[in-house]
Amino acid sequence: MSEQLATRTLIVRLMLLAVVMFVFGFALVPIYDVMCKAFGINGKTGGQYEGSQVSDPSRTVKVQFMSTNASDMVWDFYSKADQLDVHPGALNQMIFVARNPSNRPMTAQAIPSISPAEAAAYFHKTECFCFSQQVLQPGERIEMPVRFIVDRDLPKDVKHLTLAYTLFDITARQPPVAQVAGQASQGAR
Amino acid sequence: MSAVIDDHGHAGADHAHGPAKGLMRWVLTTNHKDIGTMYLWFSFCAFLLGGSFAMVIRAELFQPGLQIVQPEFFNQMTTMHGLVMVFGAVMPAFVGLANWMIPLMIGAPDMALPRMNNFSFWLLPAAFLLLVSTLFMPGGGPNFGWTFYAPLSTTYAPESVTFFIFAIHLMGISSIMGAINVIATILNLRAPGMTLMKMPLFVWTWLITAFLLIAVMPVLAGVVTMMLMDIHFGTSFFSAAGGGDPVLFQHVFWFFGHPEVYIMILPAFGAVSSIIPAFSRKPLFGYTSMVYATGAIAFLSFIVWAHHMFVVGIPVVGELFFMYATMLIAVPTGVKVFNWVSTMWQGSLTFETPMLFAVAFVILFTIGGFSGLMLAIAPADFQYHDTYFVVAHFHYVLVPGAIFGIFASAYYWLPKWTGHMYDETLGKLHFWLSFIGMNMAFFPMHFVGLAGMPRRIPDYNLQFADFNMISSIGAFTFGATQIFFLFIVIKCIRGGKPAPAKPWDGADGLEWTIPSPAPYHTFVTPPEVK
Repeated sequence: MSEQLATRTLIVRLMLLAVVMFVFGFALVPIYDVMCKAFGINGKTGGQYEGSQVSDPSRTVKVQFMSTNASDMVWDFYSKADQLDVHPGALNQMIFVARNPSNRPMTAQAIPSISPAEAAAYFHKTECFCFSQQVLQPGERIEMPVRFIVDRDLPKDVKHLTLAYTLFDITARQPPVAQVAGQASQGAR
Repeated sequence: MSAVIDDHGHAGADHAHGPAKGLMRWVLTTNHKDIGTMYLWFSFCAFLLGGSFAMVIRAELFQPGLQIVQPEFFNQMTTMHGLVMVFGAVMPAFVGLANWMIPLMIGAPDMALPRMNNFSFWLLPAAFLLLVSTLFMPGGGPNFGWTFYAPLSTTYAPESVTFFIFAIHLMGISSIMGAINVIATILNLRAPGMTLMKMPLFVWTWLITAFLLIAVMPVLAGVVTMMLMDIHFGTSFFSAAGGGDPVLFQHVFWFFGHPEVYIMILPAFGAVSSIIPAFSRKPLFGYTSMVYATGAIAFLSFIVWAHHMFVVGIPVVGELFFMYATMLIAVPTGVKVFNWVSTMWQGSLTFETPMLFAVAFVILFTIGGFSGLMLAIAPADFQYHDTYFVVAHFHYVLVPGAIFGIFASAYYWLPKWTGHMYDETLGKLHFWLSFIGMNMAFFPMHFVGLAGMPRRIPDYNLQFADFNMISSIGAFTFGATQIFFLFIVIKCIRGGKPAPAKPWDGADGLEWTIPSPAPYHTFVTPPEVK
């Protein structure tokens, strides 16, 4: 009988272990995000940057811009210039242009990424259209500024950064009507 | 669980009755030997099915250009070959061996949870019927590789992916129940005197494998559940548009995937550790170090997963960590190889079929281990990644590793299972044809891989033509030889020289103290282990 009890206890523990590991699989999702944010890996950039820095004119970093449409995305999407030479610490601006050539209102979300990935933690955006979604009426065109600071602590061997945006069509998930308020604030800015 | 109580309640009466008659014996059985036999036959069927998919792949790659199948179908073949071999052939074969041998090796009357045992077996045919049926569905079966990376398996997947996900869920449940059963049996049903450090190594490696299974199969279930939610419920775990990340998929998958490769090899380590001493007529060299080495390999398997993802873009520090951690696995593995060789050193060796497979296992698995070390070097991996060199590497660890380990076990224990000796001449012929065919199929893949031939592509550059033809001829030889193995096994079941209780004079262990064939009920009264 004690053997039966031992088996029962063991089975309960092992099943619990299986459940814990199933939950752990899902816990990997936030762990992954936290790790990426903490170590600036995977090219993920942070949210809005509130601080300011003093420019370091002795150093110049080349920042290149890439605008890509995800598959099934039809918008025209480009930056006004391909690259900028910036000083770490200084506030810079680049204008991105988006136009909806289709005959229906659409919602888009831009996802930024920095290469090389380890530089992502040193790239601060004080303003970015990627912080919100864009809703464009048929034929509408907007200019969207990105303001950014390259951190003075950027590792010395990084002389060249690429800021890449991929624009996704999320109309199905966020119908444009629900976004009218966001559209207004976008215009005001 | 109640079946356990029943067995103990009137063990004497239990001893009297034999197996039930007819088909229902197999459907309803809770006998570990019956279930072990069903697992082994199931895995052999899956082995032939997965092998036939491989034959399609090798036939298409016989010559450059597209001859036999369309690229879409080729992709389904590479995917299904991997899935069927991993989840249908290798894993169930080891569960079958565990069912048959673990109770006999530790002096237990049966597995600890006989009814769950029955259920975990019968989930498998259902899962594989579901998986294989996707090939006949509109849009075809899974075509995204056995690693099913998102977004190939989510955004761009065929409609049948939902069936694939459900099949993986069923296999996972089956594996977890099997693992729980193995652990409960080993920890609670050992005969008096059978301390942990007296257990045969096959039991030890299975105990550790079972913990690996419980730790990672739920993670696999989690990752396919996330896929399911991305596809049908509008979540964005792996979709960048919604804030997710496809790279996350690879991390979660390989957190399962790397321990999985040890799940497929550790039981083979254990079986070979029984077979080599038997035919060397010497006790195993370094038993304790074998146990600790197995534990070390299992632990390390959890912290090396990103070596599958060196090219995905991880920081240099990460690449260095995963590179060195991976290389560290060579140490406990080297301990094992050293111990096997030392066991043979100055032994009275004879080379019956199980020993031939076991020796080939040691040599060829080591070759696969060395190509694994090459792949572990992060900067070199950038060159090797997704080439045929990787295909050569993992086939060298899985075919002469896992599969030869299973063949060696089958020949070693067939006399105990059937009560007949297999035909030694035919067994040796099976070994040599397998050995030659396997090396001919996979060795040239090292060369074409290093020269840059990508994997999973139905066509290739003309410069790779000769080596691919040799590979295909080797693969056809290996494939046809396995039909011959089926013949040898059936011949052994139907008759042959009667096997004594202990057919191998150097063999050691409780399983050789009972008559051959093993009676339907064994160790109803636990044996005394000195």
